[in-house]
Amino acid sequence: MLRVLLEKEFLQFLRNPFLPRMALIFPVMVMLVFPWVTTMDVRHIGVAVVDNDRTETSRRLISKIGASDYYTLQEVTDDFAGALDALESCAADVVLEIPDGFEEGLSSDNPKKASISANGVNATKGSLGTQYLQQTLMATLVELQAERGAAPAPETIVVQNRYNPTLEYRNYMIPALMIMLLITLGGFLPALNLVNEKETGTIEQINVTPVSRLSFTLAKLVLYWIIGFVVLTLALLLAWIVYGLVPVGAAGAIYLASMLFVLVMSGFGVIVANYSSTILQAIFVMFFFVMIFILMSGLLTPIASMPSWAQCITYFLPPRYFIEIMRAVYLKGATLRDLWYDYAALALFAAVFNTAAALTYKKQL
Amino acid sequence: MERAITAEGLTKRYGSLTALDSVSFAVGRGELFGLIGPDGAGKSTLFRLLTTLLAPDAGHAEVDGFDTVKDYRAIRRRVGYMPGCFSLYPDLSVEENLDFFAALFGVRVRDNYDLIAPIYRQIAPFRTRRAGRLSGGMKQKLALCCALIHRPSVLFLDEPTTGVDAVSRNEFWEMLDDLRQRGITTLVSTPYMDEAGRCDRIALINAARILGIDSPKGIVARFDEPLYALSGERMYELLLAARQSPGVRECYTFGETHHLIAEAGFDPDTFIGTLAGKGFRQVALHPIGAGIEDVFMKLMHHGE
Repeated sequence: MLRVLLEKEFLQFLRNPFLPRMALIFPVMVMLVFPWVTTMDVRHIGVAVVDNDRTETSRRLISKIGASDYYTLQEVTDDFAGALDALESCAADVVLEIPDGFEEGLSSDNPKKASISANGVNATKGSLGTQYLQQTLMATLVELQAERGAAPAPETIVVQNRYNPTLEYRNYMIPALMIMLLITLGGFLPALNLVNEKETGTIEQINVTPVSRLSFTLAKLVLYWIIGFVVLTLALLLAWIVYGLVPVGAAGAIYLASMLFVLVMSGFGVIVANYSSTILQAIFVMFFFVMIFILMSGLLTPIASMPSWAQCITYFLPPRYFIEIMRAVYLKGATLRDLWYDYAALALFAAVFNTAAALTYKKQL
Repeated sequence: MERAITAEGLTKRYGSLTALDSVSFAVGRGELFGLIGPDGAGKSTLFRLLTTLLAPDAGHAEVDGFDTVKDYRAIRRRVGYMPGCFSLYPDLSVEENLDFFAALFGVRVRDNYDLIAPIYRQIAPFRTRRAGRLSGGMKQKLALCCALIHRPSVLFLDEPTTGVDAVSRNEFWEMLDDLRQRGITTLVSTPYMDEAGRCDRIALINAARILGIDSPKGIVARFDEPLYALSGERMYELLLAARQSPGVRECYTFGETHHLIAEAGFDPDTFIGTLAGKGFRQVALHPIGAGIEDVFMKLMHHGE
């Protein structure tokens, strides 16, 4: 019985003029384009410098800013009001004002203070720009002191980024993008497939046959399980070929988690479909949950920085566990033993959602 | 007579709307039983109750001796159902649809091919065509094949000829005739009164209730009043004038003519004379036998 249903699902999927292409184009698109654009690395911060000092120190500082990839030096002026105008018109993100007598003040007991004004509308850019500028300022001063023969301050801090040594944001995002792929394909497609059977009325015919609701639902789940497998493989290959990123941990650990996760998502999609009578309704409900999944499960922003009530909610979001697994296996080489808790959570979600999916599918209208 | 379908006091409500109001009837084995009634009469709801897709709010029904609520599994194995709207997979071919539905019932197409052969032969030239691209009549034939492929003992056909051209409709009824000879019980619904005459027995259904059950001849025989066909110029004015004439109980449009039900003591010649006095010329009035639609109109008014 299941074989017959599976054959039919595959035939329908392959015969659809749109779905097979979508299942190929979507992962390629996501893996080729999104890693470049979903970056939180802040670069090219527009800086306007108000130089009232006009000394070697201020000139050195300005040339450092101009040389760095992190900044774009917009203007050097002695008019603070004009620089603020540039800030307001968004030509500059940060204004650095070097006061008159700044260099002189450095060697005195009462140093003059440089001031930094940042545009807070884009909070990330503003705060990071401020931090970068502080660092640049301090580094330049230390450098100048060293050149003048003063003893360099001993290095007290050594920073080493483990697992992602260059803090490459792409490496952090690529596993997350694979998850977004599986959320969308694994969740939407089964939901739409099932609601489509309702809309075309075929389900009414199926319901007056001896087919059990379990095998009918299962056939759809298996189809999307296999599609999930293909899509993930494609994404892993692209990450390797295009970005040279290979999982540090075992590929098997990634596949196991992915297969569990696709089951979770497609079970969820079937539940939504069981309560929807039109495709429009199903899409809308799915979209609502997918938004929550993507924004709240640590995919884009760390869970630890969410308010505690939101952190509690994340425990009920299956992608949360999958994201932990993917990043840990991909970047740290974590093993099944380290992550058994996340795997168990995913397996539990898969069991609950799929049982609910089979139970909420009513053969009586 | 052994009963294939029994319904007793079947009632189904959707919120405040009563779709079926304590409907009772029985269909004998091997009978071709027609449900005749306009759209919204409750025909599809009755089909869904009998095919176990819905549970009744009151009353109970048996199909092939099995209760539609308790033994729904047994019923699903032994009935064939053709829903009101086309419900095969439009993206699968004719052949694939047939194979699929056969496999769902655990049978092979060739085992029961003899049953569907006369129908399938007509669509066989298109067997690789997708079901969604068939014409309306072809779709119905394929749907009938799919409903028959597991050799059901009872066949439920919900408005199989709606939206099908006159020639295909006729062919379809010939197929049902053929199936009756093979001993398959069929419950078929239609909004077309002219198709009622092809059933063994019919139930007239309107506004959630059954108005009457009898053979088509028996139903017609219930009409015991003199009936005339009236025609002439200016048909609409003629209708209004006829309704006001003495001795006329009822007059209603019926295709190209008006049907007129007379009271006792009605004289056709006087009637034509009266109309001529009102300026109606070339008025023709012939006594005619009642059709099922006349009975339907009468029962409907009687019910109100």
